[in-house]
Amino acid sequence: MTPFEYSSPASLNEALGLLGASWSDAVVLAGGTDLISLMKDGVFSTKRVVNVKDIKDLGGIHKTGHGLRIGSTVTFDELASSPLVRGEYPALHEAALGIASPQIRNMGTVGGDLCQRPRCWYYRGGYGLFAMKDGKSLVPNGENKYHAIFGGGPAYFVSASSLGPALVALGATIKLASSSGSRTVEAAKFFVTPSDENAREIDLKPNELVTEILVPSASGVKNATYEIRQREAIDWPLAAASVALHMKGSSVDKASIVLGHVAPTPWEASQAAAGLAGKTISEDTASQAAEAAVAGAQPLSQNGYKVQLAKVAVKRALLAAAGKAHTAHHA
Amino acid sequence: MPDTTTPNYHWPPMADRRVIGKSHSRLDGIQKASGAAKYNSDIKPDGMLFGAILSCPHAHARVTSIDTSGAEKIPGVTAVRVIMGPGKEVQWGGAEVASVSATSEEAANDAVKAIKVEYEELPFLVREDDIGKAGNRAKAAGEQVTGDPDKAFQEAAYTNEGDYGIPVITHCCLESHGGMVAWDGDKVTYWPSTQNVSGIGGDLGRAINVSAANIHVHQDHIGGGFGSKFPADLWGVEAAQLSKQSGGKPVKIFLDRKTELLIAGNRPSAFGHIKVSADKDGKITAWESKTWSTGGLAGGGLSADLFPYVYRKVPNRRINHTAVSTNTGSARAWRAPNHEQASYLTCSAIEDLAAKMKMDPLDVFLKNADLTMREEAYTSQLKKAAELADWKKNWHQRGDSGSGPVKRGLGIGVGTWGGAGHASQCQATIHPDGSVEVELGSQDLGTGTRTIIAMVAAETLGLPVSAINVKIGDSTYPPSGASGGSTTVGGVSSSTRKATVNALDKLLAAVAPSLGTTPDKLEAVDRRIVVKGDTSKSLTWEAACRKLGTNKISEAGENNPRTAPREGLNTGGVAGVQIADVSVDTETGIVKMNRLIAVHDCGLVINPKTAESQIFGACIMSVCSALFEERVADQQIGRVLNPDMEFYKLAGIMDIGEIIVHLDISPENDKRGVVGLGEPPAIPGDAAIGNAVANAIGVRVPQLPVTADRVLAALASKGGNA
Repeated sequence: MTPFEYSSPASLNEALGLLGASWSDAVVLAGGTDLISLMKDGVFSTKRVVNVKDIKDLGGIHKTGHGLRIGSTVTFDELASSPLVRGEYPALHEAALGIASPQIRNMGTVGGDLCQRPRCWYYRGGYGLFAMKDGKSLVPNGENKYHAIFGGGPAYFVSASSLGPALVALGATIKLASSSGSRTVEAAKFFVTPSDENAREIDLKPNELVTEILVPSASGVKNATYEIRQREAIDWPLAAASVALHMKGSSVDKASIVLGHVAPTPWEASQAAAGLAGKTISEDTASQAAEAAVAGAQPLSQNGYKVQLAKVAVKRALLAAAGKAHTAHHA
Repeated sequence: MPDTTTPNYHWPPMADRRVIGKSHSRLDGIQKASGAAKYNSDIKPDGMLFGAILSCPHAHARVTSIDTSGAEKIPGVTAVRVIMGPGKEVQWGGAEVASVSATSEEAANDAVKAIKVEYEELPFLVREDDIGKAGNRAKAAGEQVTGDPDKAFQEAAYTNEGDYGIPVITHCCLESHGGMVAWDGDKVTYWPSTQNVSGIGGDLGRAINVSAANIHVHQDHIGGGFGSKFPADLWGVEAAQLSKQSGGKPVKIFLDRKTELLIAGNRPSAFGHIKVSADKDGKITAWESKTWSTGGLAGGGLSADLFPYVYRKVPNRRINHTAVSTNTGSARAWRAPNHEQASYLTCSAIEDLAAKMKMDPLDVFLKNADLTMREEAYTSQLKKAAELADWKKNWHQRGDSGSGPVKRGLGIGVGTWGGAGHASQCQATIHPDGSVEVELGSQDLGTGTRTIIAMVAAETLGLPVSAINVKIGDSTYPPSGASGGSTTVGGVSSSTRKATVNALDKLLAAVAPSLGTTPDKLEAVDRRIVVKGDTSKSLTWEAACRKLGTNKISEAGENNPRTAPREGLNTGGVAGVQIADVSVDTETGIVKMNRLIAVHDCGLVINPKTAESQIFGACIMSVCSALFEERVADQQIGRVLNPDMEFYKLAGIMDIGEIIVHLDISPENDKRGVVGLGEPPAIPGDAAIGNAVANAIGVRVPQLPVTADRVLAALASKGGNA
């Protein structure tokens, strides 16, 4: 690990003053479950690490007039244990529980989940975000069973965020602060597919910090997350889906379907969601929506199976949200 | 008249045993569970230096230049050594190129990064799953033909052909490979993580030109070996040389997880096309296999001799095996070397044949038991496992016809192993104060060796297990074999039995006069020396030992594998049968273990609890390899992509399911003596799980691990769902 300066400010302003114009000047540390391994593996280095866990204002989950405010340093365990989250936002609750290692749940934070880097083994092996060698991506002819089935490259990695799909489905916004002020971004727009390999997968500048996540009230909004993992133990999902159903009586008024771990960002299946308007959720309508959700998939040589998994995740998430499955259990 | 000149070493009759055969918790269990047990990777004496290895990032390359000046300038660095100088060819990724030692781990790692190496990259092969792409790296062994396979296939009522494969997997020892070495003057002290306490000093000595007599080896605990930790290895040698160059200070090198997965050993792959036939009654008549595997650069790994596995006596056979040389880390013995692969390929082929015949595979395995070397053992174990699985009720023809996406299935796997005791010497000492020591240059691999040594001594001396001070893990103790091949329990139990019988005989001779009798009339029972048949005449153990005055008794005992068979204390040859019960979600391809039922014999069982623990552990390893583990390498760049615990997947507690163990303890097995059990239960699980998946979903998933992509591909090839 390259030597770096470590600071642990107690206030947000102090923290923001310590951030820099580029990631190589300074980076934010919260749970450290991703950053530390990036630095130890030599994939990333920086001059200053700013620990934000001591900043009180960044913690806590509470109700606001419009919904829920989740501080960026709230841990997955706090999120999963919160009755406010469990009652109204099962999609978030299940996504947090899907992070199957208690150690990660105890350390990892909501902000860190949104800002973590992809798990692509070429990226982690030092080949950069686009897995390039001699001007060519290694992914299409390489080992791509865990890679994206949407997007069509050159970003073939999948977003590692566990909470992203649920936050997008629930219409959350993300609040960012910098020493020159703050701004709010829709979760759906926070995640971006980078166009060059030095860019980030999120709309966050090096001098900005995620301070809180605002989730609108989901009272009456049926929502669920369904993950498919190879292991029940700690594992990255092969595919996941989060859904939110705004109901009008027993039929869907407006739906949101967001896939996880199948694209460089949480992947909104807008047409599939639109197709549910006016329908009740049944095995048939859920299957149709699932089919529509993967319509544009462009699988690679080894990941065609993820199309099927994405489909199943959507169908099961819809049925779970509608209360047609026992619970949205993790496969 | 009993022969009083030859001590009676025989195991006491089953009914008379007070300690042996009763479950005993391991002596170091609390220490290990609490963290009090210190492994050599834990120790950090004052002044210790941290060693680190620079690994080659390329699969195949020639070093053209190496510049260590940057490393030497880093504060705290005490020595820098070039292992692969200019002109040297590196044959696999992760191979050692240079080493450093420093006063801190950070300085050592920084120094490794500061070494500048230039390579000329050379052609490489890192994958062998498609033998068509192996070119001249594939070397076929001669074809072996027995009987007339062509005629037998022609006349067969049923023939099935199938393709099967298992990838390379690694050992994943929780404690990585390595050790600490202090080389001060002509004296070397070595704290390795090893399966070979008595022998590893000599191995290091040969490499550094120091006589074994001047090398002291010490290890209290080892965090997993599974067959991969016998030699001193290059990193042991480098730690010694770095220590010498650093003025004799101890240097510790333990591999980081990435290097551990790349170069510290692995299990060879196995792929094959297998054709097997039967007559109309399901009797197997012919076998033909074309298999290949890689064990790294040397090819190696499997051999044709393993096929067909267990069902050795198939009358007509044609066997071809090809070794593929790859630019990947070398294979090492992996808990029952090559047997898992042979079991998987053979049992899968038999199960597929049974499915083709629409016969119950249990019946097929049973009716062909005469083709094995232990017909009675396999027959009874198959029946016992079937009973525990409630096979007749739960088994169905291939393809669960139940409704819903989740399909359930059962499958069988079989295994065999040797496990006779290795050469072992034990020194048993009875002190005048009544304390007892037994010393062996052995090691407790996590199997419970320490505990069974104490149990054997306690049984012999009529003492509680807690009264025995077991001393192992040091090269100053009498030599005892390396722990490999499930040979330890037979070896150490026999040498300990003999040493303690010899010591007790001396004690009885010393105290007989004071009890007014002769030694042959005495026995040691319940902390007393008593006259047989007359409990009124006795001495407490302590009182008896006081009769020794100032002279302790110290007696040796030896297990010699050449004479052991006629002595009857230990032997080899075991069978094992496992039945897996799985559920497969046919929409996602995710397999869930319900139960793994393991029936094994291992002769006389000294400690049922630790024996069962061996089976539990082995079954967990089988779940890992059948469902999760595979080394993934990219032929474009010659790199292993998952040398980590993230994408090199092992089962977690929720993935394992229920494990049901049945140890085949019986008077017939008991009279065979002690037989090792470490490896055999690791064999049948891969096959059993693969067969259970096929039974559940109605189609063979040819290659392990049975991951979602492979299950869905198999279902698609079949057309539609189960």
